[in-house]
Amino acid sequence: MLINGAGATFPLPIYSKWFHEYSAVDPSVQFNYQPIGSGGGQKQIIAQTVDFGATDGPMSDENLSKAPGRILHIPTVAGAVVITYNLPGNPKLKLDGPTISDIFMGKITKWNDKRLIALNPGTKLPSMDLVVVHRSDGSGTSYIFTDYLSSVSPEWEKRVGRNTSVKWPSGLGAKGNEGVTGQIKQLPGTIGYVELAYARQNRLPFADIRNSSGNFVTASIDSVIESLAGAKIPDDFRFSMVNLAGEKAYPISGATWLLVYEQQKDATKGKKLVEFLNWALTKGEVMAAALDYAPLPEGLRKRALDKANSIKF
Amino acid sequence: MRVAAPSGTSSQLQVRSRSAWGDQLFKWLTLLMALLVFVLIILIGYELANGSRLGFAKFGWRFLTSSNWDPVNEQFGALPFIFGTLVSSGIALVIAVPLAIATAIYLTEIAPQWLRQTLTLFIELLSAVPSVILGLWGIFVMVPWLREHLFPSLGDVLGFTPLFRGPIYGVSLLAGGMIIALMILPIITSISREILRSVPGSQREAAYALGATRWEVTRIAVLAYAKRGLFGAVILGLGRALGETMAVTMVIGNRPEIAASLFAPGYTLASVIANEFTEATTDIYLSALFEIGLVLLGVTLVFNALAQLLLKTFSGSALKQV
Repeated sequence: MLINGAGATFPLPIYSKWFHEYSAVDPSVQFNYQPIGSGGGQKQIIAQTVDFGATDGPMSDENLSKAPGRILHIPTVAGAVVITYNLPGNPKLKLDGPTISDIFMGKITKWNDKRLIALNPGTKLPSMDLVVVHRSDGSGTSYIFTDYLSSVSPEWEKRVGRNTSVKWPSGLGAKGNEGVTGQIKQLPGTIGYVELAYARQNRLPFADIRNSSGNFVTASIDSVIESLAGAKIPDDFRFSMVNLAGEKAYPISGATWLLVYEQQKDATKGKKLVEFLNWALTKGEVMAAALDYAPLPEGLRKRALDKANSIKF
Repeated sequence: MRVAAPSGTSSQLQVRSRSAWGDQLFKWLTLLMALLVFVLIILIGYELANGSRLGFAKFGWRFLTSSNWDPVNEQFGALPFIFGTLVSSGIALVIAVPLAIATAIYLTEIAPQWLRQTLTLFIELLSAVPSVILGLWGIFVMVPWLREHLFPSLGDVLGFTPLFRGPIYGVSLLAGGMIIALMILPIITSISREILRSVPGSQREAAYALGATRWEVTRIAVLAYAKRGLFGAVILGLGRALGETMAVTMVIGNRPEIAASLFAPGYTLASVIANEFTEATTDIYLSALFEIGLVLLGVTLVFNALAQLLLKTFSGSALKQV
C-alpha cells in the first residue's frame, strides 16, 4: 500500500528517516513524501491529492475553511532558527529581539553601532558595513524568524509581518539555507538566519539570544525543548513557540506539523496512517535528536498521540 | 506476343497513386505537428491567463507599474522584476553580441583551418554546461572576483556615472547580466557562424575584385549580406536570456528594488517564480506569480514581434545594397 504525503522541507531529514525505519516495522505500507514546501502541502491536502500534508506554519482559518473536512494539526518535532554572521575572528555575539529587528529593518548599518557594542561589551567590533542576508525563497525558516520578530517588535509586525515570504526591508536574498550560508561565508560583514541543524552541521558561528526571561541562551535541542515545556498549547495544536517564557528557553523556535483529515476516506489507509503516527510519536521521537531536531516534550507528545488516535477511519 | 507496355503502365500508375496517398498522409501529419506546437503555446497562454484572473481583478494595470511586492499584506507589483529582467538581458546582449559575432567572423574568415574545429568544439562545450553549475561557479568564483577586483576598478574609473556607484556586494544586476552573457554566447556564436558560412563565396570574390581590403570584404560582402540572419541569432540569444532562471537567481542578489547602479542587487521575473512558487500559500499570491509568468511570456513575445518588424525593414535595405 502506498501512502502519499507532501509539504515542508524543514523536517525532510527526520521524515525520511522515519519512513525508512517504519518500512521495517510494517513492510506492507510504503510512504512517498514530496518536499514541495509548506504552501504546497497545505494546498494538496485541501485538494485531497495526498493522504497527509506537512507544514512549518499552522494553516490559517481561511485555508482550513476551504477543506472538505476537518483537518487536524499533529505536531511532530521542533527546531530552532539561529543568527549567523561573518566577522573577522569569529567572535561569539550576544543579541536581543529589538536589536535583531532593527538590524533586519536596515536601521543598524555598521557593526560598531552602539547598540551592538552595548550588548557585547567584551568584544571588539569592527567598523565594517553590516549587510543583511535573508531567504529569497519562501520557507518555514523565514516563517519562524518573522514570527519571532513580529512578537518582539511591534514596528516589525506592522511594517513587515509574519509569513513564509515577506517584503524584506533591506538586504540580499539567497535561495535556501545553503544559499544564505554561502553568501555569509563569502562576504565579510554579513548577518543572516539559518536552521540550527544547518548551522551545526556546517560549523557556523551563531549568536546567543536574550529570551523573555532576560537570559542569553545558546540555541540547542535542550533550549528548544525548554521553550516548549512551559507553553500553553491550544487543543487544535496551532501554536507559535517563539519568545515563550522559560529561564533556559531559546526564543527563536518553531514546530512542524502533519496535516491529516479527522475523518479518513479510505479505512485501510486511515488505519495504517494512525498506526504510523503512533509509532512516530513514540519510537520516532527518539530519533529526532541525532538529526538535530528537538523531540516534543512529554506532555505535548501524549496530547499529540491522543489526537492522532482520535482520527476516525 | 504479349504487349508489355500496358501492364507496365498500369503498374506504374498503381505505384504513383500509392505514393500520392503516402504524400497526403505525410502532409497532414506534418500539418498536425505544426498545429500542435501552435495549440500548445495557446494552451500555455490560456492557463497563465486563467491563473492570473484573481490578480487582474485585484490589481489591474497597477500590477505592471507598482514596485511593491508584499506577500504579507497581499500587495503585488511586478515593476522591479520587469526592470531586472530587461536590464540583465540588456547587459548580457551588450557583452555577448559583439563577442559572439567577432568570434563567428574569426572562425569563418580568419582562423586557420586546423584551429576552426577545436575552437568550435570548445564553444559548443560551454553551451553544454548546465545552468545550475554555471550558477555555482558564479557564486564561488565569479562573484568574489567581481567584488574584490572588477567592481572596485569599475567604480574608480566610471564612478562619475550613477551606473557604477554605491556599495559593492558582488551579487548584483551586473553579475546577473554577465552570467547570462556566458550562457547566450555559445548559441549566438554557433548560429552566427552558420549564417556567415552560408554567405556565398561569390559575394566575397566580387568584393575582392572591386579592390576591397580583408576587413572591407568582411564588412561589405559578408556582414551586410548576413545582417538578417545575424539579427535572428541575436533574438534567439535574447529569448534564452529573458528566461534564464537558476544561474541568475544565484548571483543577482534577489532584491525587488529598482536602483540606478548596476552594482545594486536586482530580481528577475523568472527568478521570483522559481523562488516563491512552492511556498505561495494564499490564492492571490499564487495568482500574482501566474501573472508574473504571463508578463514574462508577454515580454518574450513582444521582443520577438519587434524583431520580426525590424527584420522586415532590414531585409528591405539589404536588397537595396545589392
